[in-house]
Amino acid sequence: MSGPGRPVIRGARFFLAHAPGLVAHGSKPGRDVAHAPATADALRAALRPWAAARDYAPNQVLIGARRPEWLWDLPRPWWGASPPGDRRGPHGEIAPETELYGLLRIGDQFDLVQLEAAFAEEARAALATHPLVTKDDLAALGAGVAAAAVDARLGGPTPAAPLRLGSGRRVGCIVAGHETDATLAPDVLLENLAAKVTAAMALRAVLADEGIDPASVDYVIGSGEEAVGDRYQRGGGNLGKAVAEQAGCRAATGVDVKGFCCGPVHALVLAGSLVAAGVFARVAVVGGCALAKLGMKYQGHLRHGQPILEDTLAGMACLVEADDGRSPRLRLDAVGRHPVAAGASPKAIVESLVGEPLRALGLGFRDVDRYATELHNPELTEPSGSGDVPQLNYRVIAGLAALAREIAPADVPAFVRAHGLPGFAPTQGHIASAVAFLGHALERLRDGRHRRVLLLAKGSLFLGRMTQMADGVSVMLERND
Amino acid sequence: MLKGKKVIALGERDGIQGGAIAACARSAGAEVVLEKTYCFV
Repeated sequence: MSGPGRPVIRGARFFLAHAPGLVAHGSKPGRDVAHAPATADALRAALRPWAAARDYAPNQVLIGARRPEWLWDLPRPWWGASPPGDRRGPHGEIAPETELYGLLRIGDQFDLVQLEAAFAEEARAALATHPLVTKDDLAALGAGVAAAAVDARLGGPTPAAPLRLGSGRRVGCIVAGHETDATLAPDVLLENLAAKVTAAMALRAVLADEGIDPASVDYVIGSGEEAVGDRYQRGGGNLGKAVAEQAGCRAATGVDVKGFCCGPVHALVLAGSLVAAGVFARVAVVGGCALAKLGMKYQGHLRHGQPILEDTLAGMACLVEADDGRSPRLRLDAVGRHPVAAGASPKAIVESLVGEPLRALGLGFRDVDRYATELHNPELTEPSGSGDVPQLNYRVIAGLAALAREIAPADVPAFVRAHGLPGFAPTQGHIASAVAFLGHALERLRDGRHRRVLLLAKGSLFLGRMTQMADGVSVMLERND
Repeated sequence: MLKGKKVIALGERDGIQGGAIAACARSAGAEVVLEKTYCFV
């Protein structure tokens, strides 16, 4: 056991993957295609090409190539006006779908993913030069199978689903893990495998970029929303340990922390606590993608004549460890929580997550440089009538600042611009919830542009039908001086 | 205004939640027959 210390966040990285061919596996498109098969043609016609997803301004912000504030002034629609961008940025990368499918095969230890031989070679060629893909990975990719073998799996007794590129070309299939177990059905396993590999690639990236030996990681906390298990334990979990293995963290074990979209912030608090208590010296918090949310709002996108923009998967990873004297600190002495008794009003939630922690630290609302809350890209949500989610949240925070007489009511818009952020994250649930800003936050807290960033995230517990409540948690990041 | 009325309270997580709408409606004398909160992200 190492000595206790004040916890810091050492680094954070994101792994995005353009996945147009998997949009049809998203929950909403999948259900609609099953009900009306012609929907598949409309979906395919509205998918965007790789370069458009790579260049897409909000994606460039998430991987750190652009500042979020750039979006305040970039004319909408962003999907038609994004300047060229690179696939790699200071906070991560976006990968094309050929690489994603190869990674799914590499991360699959049960021969669930069957790639056709010709495509397996394409994936191998694409991944061979990837700096985070190893020789062992390429060996695990295998040689693929004959197209006839995929035909046989798709027509066989065990359920299987075809894997197609966005172009419609079939490149393989994913097979169920059990003939009759709904928790091991092809689409469930596809979601879980995608979550595993996107989280693992993000973890590999942060370890490589920080120059850290993967074997030095003690514990990996999975904070995503996928239920990993079988019929006897549907949410059995510990994707965290599977991600640790995939990222080469041989000395680590792991666990999953569940909390809908606020899982990652809960996990950060727990990771910091483990470090502060001296239980572990280095803890990774990871969150894989939310494949089920691909195309979630496609109907609104089609209705407004825009491409289906929910075509990108996102995973994240960050490292929490003892104070190194330079990395931003996690203030465990002012964790905001939304208690059962707080009630459901927006004011009560923000009071719990913002007002109380600020008072505990003796700070005012304007002492926080940026509030990182629900950072969903409004271009994804507005066409379906869901509004600009970040701005809804920021107006409530600003309203509370006005109620506290720290700003004038007329200054609410200026407060939102000065202390809020435009939405830039794909609708990938927990990834969009506060932690999407982590790369920028760490950079700014290190170089002195910011002194404090408050991460606040909310989770929609009521979706699981066990309570009518939502949840929320917040934690302050502070410059290390 | 709501006294004796039946109310369906539909809210959203990032706006006004169903429970908050229902509490307001009840306090105004309404009978809340359904309260739901949705999450749109």
